[in-house]
Amino acid sequence: MQKLDYLKETPSQTAGPYVHIGLTPNQLGIEGIYPTDLGSSPIRPGAQGQEITITGTVQDGAGMILRDALIESWQADANGIYPGNDPRGAADPNVTGWARIIADFDSGEWTLKTIKPGRVPFPDGRLMAPHIALWIVARGVNLGLQTRIYFEDEDNSSCPVLARIEHRARLDTLIARKTGDGSYRFDIILQGENETVFFDM
Amino acid sequence: MTLRNDLDRGPLFFRDRDWHPAAYTPGYKTSMTRAPHRPLVAMGSTLSEETGPAFGHSMIGERDNNLILNFTGQPAIGERIIMHGRVLDESGRGVPNVLVEIWQANAGGRYRHKKDSYAAPLDPNFGGCGRTISGPDGAYEFLTIRPGAYPWPNRVNDWRPMHIHISVFGSGFGQRLITQMYFEGDPLIARCPIVNTIGKDRAIQALVAPLDMNRAIPMDCLAYKFDIVLRGRRQSFFENRKEGL
Ligand SMILES: [Fe+3]
Repeated sequence: MQKLDYLKETPSQTAGPYVHIGLTPNQLGIEGIYPTDLGSSPIRPGAQGQEITITGTVQDGAGMILRDALIESWQADANGIYPGNDPRGAADPNVTGWARIIADFDSGEWTLKTIKPGRVPFPDGRLMAPHIALWIVARGVNLGLQTRIYFEDEDNSSCPVLARIEHRARLDTLIARKTGDGSYRFDIILQGENETVFFDM
Repeated sequence: MTLRNDLDRGPLFFRDRDWHPAAYTPGYKTSMTRAPHRPLVAMGSTLSEETGPAFGHSMIGERDNNLILNFTGQPAIGERIIMHGRVLDESGRGVPNVLVEIWQANAGGRYRHKKDSYAAPLDPNFGGCGRTISGPDGAYEFLTIRPGAYPWPNRVNDWRPMHIHISVFGSGFGQRLITQMYFEGDPLIARCPIVNTIGKDRAIQALVAPLDMNRAIPMDCLAYKFDIVLRGRRQSFFENRKEGL
């Protein structure tokens, strides 16, 4: 028999406790190597859409708030177009879509200031509810965790991705709670009772 | 923005979760409280995973990939090495224009981080991070020093083998990957609980960089080769997808 000549994906390893040296050195206090850290904001002034602020923490199975987690976010613009390589066309030039979010080294709270993304089509053409994709790494996390932020004040009922979650009570873990005008709360729980839904997509 | 081609657009290959480390790996104690216990919700990729941030060569400084000089301009102490390779996908294609970032301990095994209290001293001329953008064929290169091994709190006498942490992007957010490169011949590799979160020996070997004397520069530095493989893409482009398929 002939052999399939695919390569195997490089195996993941934990980002470890010092991930900030590599990815956000300036915020750690290692200055002078890069003028700025990459991913400081997913939008530029003039970005179209509703400005929002999402605040949260990352907690482990013992209820401890992680101080060493690093989150990256990726989102579409207000019209649901992704910047860069979206085959449907060009996005709002003031939306880069990507951010690196680190928890405060003391409190463990993280904040994402952005605009609310539009609806993006699922592969079959149905629309997914507005969401921000997250990728979470930390010491003790062997492979980056994929999850999504959805919004309490949007219609999430027909999203084909949310529809795949059989345990309906767990759906709540993906929904940012409104805490004020344009502000939301989204806590990520890695393990236990109210464990966040993580995806393999 | 970098212009992308159709190879950047297909659905992603499914991840082989038996090849990667499991989330819950008691040998690496911190994973025990940070591993999700519930099954992952699995489905094919969507546009949210198939698209991803773009990085331009203009975002990167000339000396960003030279860890020997990029902190103070004076050379760091240690064994000078070139770390080089290609970013590929599972179909073997080079992945151009993607961001590769590395971070590491200095030659004594000490990180420039307030939480690292290991006895080995800081090197005043070594910061510990570097970054670059892959070339047209996916090639990347760093100049650095070989990091030292260091002890870490896990079991009573655990030591990390010499390693360089690597973060890499693909053209899709679902290809995002962080890993570590190890060095050929290091006896600490087989003893490391973090290495051994990976179950298959063939997968561990994929993280061990061989000495590459063809890329070494005589009287200057040695070289190690490390190719990085990202999730591949299926050859069904968005434009060809029909409603309901
Ligand atoms: Fe390390």
